Amino acid sequence: MSWETVIGLEVHVQLATKSKLFSGSATEFGAEPNTQASLYDLALPGTLPVMNEEVLRMAVSFGLAVDAEIGKRSVFDRKNYFYPDLPKGYQISQLAFPTVGRGALKINLDDGSEKTIAITRAHIEEDAGKSLHEDFQGMSGIDLNRAGTPLLEIVSDPDLRNAKEAVAYLKKLHSIILYLGISDGNMAQGSMRCDANVSVRKKGDTEFGTRTEIKNVNSFKFVEKAINYEVQRQIELIEDGGRVIQETRLYDSDKDETRSMRSKEVANDYRYFPEPDLLPIVIDESYIAAVRATLPELPAARCARFVSEYGLSAYDADVLTSDRAMADYFESVVKLCGDAKLSANWVTVDLLGLLNKSDLSINESPIKPGQLGTMIARIKDNTISGKLAKTVFEALAAGESDVDQIIESRGLKQVTDTGAIEKLVDEVIASNPDQVAQYRAGKEAVFGFFVGQAMKVSKGKANPAQLNELLRNKLKAD
Amino acid sequence: MLSKTVAELATALSQKEISARELTQAYLDRIGRLNPALNAYVTITADKALAQADLADARISRGEAGPLTGIPIAHKDIFCTRDVLTACGSHMLHNFIAPYDACVVERLEQAGAIMLGKTNMDEFAMGSSNETSWFGPVRNPWDPERVPGGSSGGSAAAVAADLCAMATGTDTGGSIRQPASFCGITGLKPTYGRVSRWGMIAFASSLDQAGPLTKSAEDAALMMNAIAGTDVRDSTCLDLPAEDFTAQLNQPLTGVRIGLPREHFTKDLNPSVQSILQNAVRKLESLGATFKEISLPNNYLSVPAYYVIAPAEASSNLSRFDGVRYGHRCANPANLEDLYKRSRGEGFGDEVKRRIMVGTYALSAGYYDAYYIKAQKIRRLIKDDFDQAFKDVDLILGPTSPHTAFKLGEKVSDPVTMYLEDIYTIAVNLAGLPGMSLPAGILDGLPIGMQLVGPALSESRLLNVAHQFQLNTDWHAKRPAAPVVSSPEVSA
Repeated sequence: MSWETVIGLEVHVQLATKSKLFSGSATEFGAEPNTQASLYDLALPGTLPVMNEEVLRMAVSFGLAVDAEIGKRSVFDRKNYFYPDLPKGYQISQLAFPTVGRGALKINLDDGSEKTIAITRAHIEEDAGKSLHEDFQGMSGIDLNRAGTPLLEIVSDPDLRNAKEAVAYLKKLHSIILYLGISDGNMAQGSMRCDANVSVRKKGDTEFGTRTEIKNVNSFKFVEKAINYEVQRQIELIEDGGRVIQETRLYDSDKDETRSMRSKEVANDYRYFPEPDLLPIVIDESYIAAVRATLPELPAARCARFVSEYGLSAYDADVLTSDRAMADYFESVVKLCGDAKLSANWVTVDLLGLLNKSDLSINESPIKPGQLGTMIARIKDNTISGKLAKTVFEALAAGESDVDQIIESRGLKQVTDTGAIEKLVDEVIASNPDQVAQYRAGKEAVFGFFVGQAMKVSKGKANPAQLNELLRNKLKAD
Repeated sequence: MLSKTVAELATALSQKEISARELTQAYLDRIGRLNPALNAYVTITADKALAQADLADARISRGEAGPLTGIPIAHKDIFCTRDVLTACGSHMLHNFIAPYDACVVERLEQAGAIMLGKTNMDEFAMGSSNETSWFGPVRNPWDPERVPGGSSGGSAAAVAADLCAMATGTDTGGSIRQPASFCGITGLKPTYGRVSRWGMIAFASSLDQAGPLTKSAEDAALMMNAIAGTDVRDSTCLDLPAEDFTAQLNQPLTGVRIGLPREHFTKDLNPSVQSILQNAVRKLESLGATFKEISLPNNYLSVPAYYVIAPAEASSNLSRFDGVRYGHRCANPANLEDLYKRSRGEGFGDEVKRRIMVGTYALSAGYYDAYYIKAQKIRRLIKDDFDQAFKDVDLILGPTSPHTAFKLGEKVSDPVTMYLEDIYTIAVNLAGLPGMSLPAGILDGLPIGMQLVGPALSESRLLNVAHQFQLNTDWHAKRPAAPVVSSPEVSA
């Protein structure tokens, strides 16, 4: 039987504000427990929330980036439930009137086609604290540093049809969030967390199957694995005559499996109602226009520009623009050396290869854009050949800093003196009479042999263009 | 001296008839004698008061005194006070020492007022008789067998018995005005948003408002000058330029149009109360005011709407009292659920539990539309009634309470009867309007108040009418004939 998978994602993005959503406490990750918790974060009686306006700006900028409707009047609601890391006994969220309404995100599929994923909404809410169950001998510790950190919960329609699409969507979101600078997007630290709603149905069915929700998966790889596991589990369950129960499941990356956390059939009644301590947020067109004016060039637009302005292939442009820092890096290199195609090659092939091998991000690259740009400029001005540039690149990667010094000290400078090259050519011709005869008899392929020999003698330093020209002339002339 | 108004005391202090320290000590002495019987204060902060008094005296001698400098005040125990027990009438907070001052407390301290202590109240401000307090009921200084009203019963009794010169209160459904009426003093509930709620323990956030309980309208105006005004820590606090609430006190009442709601003057209102109000109307007419009948057709819905909205908000506001971070925590909890159940079960009293249950029910899936949404619609209708009325009149006059102070124990076992105590006051909170109660007469030896209600931000007008009334009557100056020194035991 043929099955179809239906996936919707809820992504919690921790917004990179300096202070919390409703209090002045710092939001920095990794501080001593409860050192970043104010009177309000501790939910002391009599304390009140005050909205951090930066959060609104960030939410609206996200909305604009995904072409979403922006709520002119958004309303905070209380979601009530008891848990020790939820100090007020309710979470302030947005239910009926979120700041960001319907929008859309285009993802690229493996076959090169594009697919549009609808974004249902994105709402502002506060994060909970953390319960710490280790180190307290039969008790639990509560750390409220994270309590009240602003989150943007981005909800997609159930438009995704397999784990790969889900990951593509997540990567696209991640890219946009980093472009906007509204989150550090660090999944391992929980700055971007993903809940996946997964169901299966027989191909051709119009009704959705019963879904399960996989909670808090913290890497792209795990999202893919968790969904694949869950899809397989549901299919096997149904094929064995069972029934999927609507429930929340946790992904265990060690065992690569999902398991039941709690059943939604006995779910909390959250008793939402409008938060009386906060006024609705009312914004107008001029506010939206002001935020729009501050938006950076987004990945899709930048990708298109890389194709038109630099003449890059769509593939290279996409690779370079998926990460804002990568695109910035590339543009700095181009600015220095003036050759976009050469820059694209060095960045996407050599540099990315290097970074992948050492598991570094572009920001951690041992080679700075200024160095790579200078190096490519030396190729362009014929100081070094493209081939010997690899040696320079390796030296830079190993920590040497000055491109010209590397060329100098290793004697990588290209020979461009016509006299010197002519001498080389004469030598090679003189010592290989057989090959000369073959060439002159019409065997064109032998030409490569001469180039190789001449390069060998010059230790790779002869300028290839000059060498070719001289060789051809000499071989013809005699 | 202790029965003087704030305005009179300020003169006495500035003319050095008495020092702030002497005045404070005199109040503390009187509290020491009378409070054991009245139970108006739950915490007396004598050392802090005397220290503040010395600061006030220094300020007075430097010639830097404001109108409240050196004036002793009592704070309702709903306001957080730094380093001082803030229990809110509840066992739940019997050990809660607040680490910060409420905005109201802070502003009064800056104005130079001297905090004598914290006053008793219905638990979490839920009650109309002060009988739900974990600290036991407050006695009405006019008759120790009777309640002082609630929930600001301790503050009202303290002002009436001259245990302070003025007091703070809060009013969610009548909790300033009804005790002011029962104790024969002046109480003002400002427009919602006039006074910051920062540091005021929330009962129903969309209705709660702090205000003064005083011996005169002029004193209320002086207190308003200190406590009203924008506060960035409360998003619902109105951002308005500072206003001098004493500026209009002496305006003549000529041409002031006052409405009498037909729905308030029916056979349900005690005829004696009715005739007292009619006397007040005649007095105000003689001062130049004109009267006309108006209608508030939806007022009868205010009590049911209130008892959905207020408990709904309370059920959520009181969730933070979970035994985890502060306040009462049960002994040896077996697990998390046990911790919640027993901490809350032991910490809250019956009335608080009742309202949490009602509110939780009203917000539950499947009932939300029928209760909460419907109540919000009624709230709108009630506000529309007032808006309509204020097209024709400048303010509205009516009863504060249907009767004088009732006896302890008389209503406490019948919640609905108790809820109906607030039939005249609750609509004002639902509409977010300013309302005040001022003494209008004495009935069988007990004071009775009248209520003035105005459009949003009309406090100056209300205070003007009240002040002119008080200049021409002496009901506000009446005090209990013989304040009780010993009384039946107060159960705690």
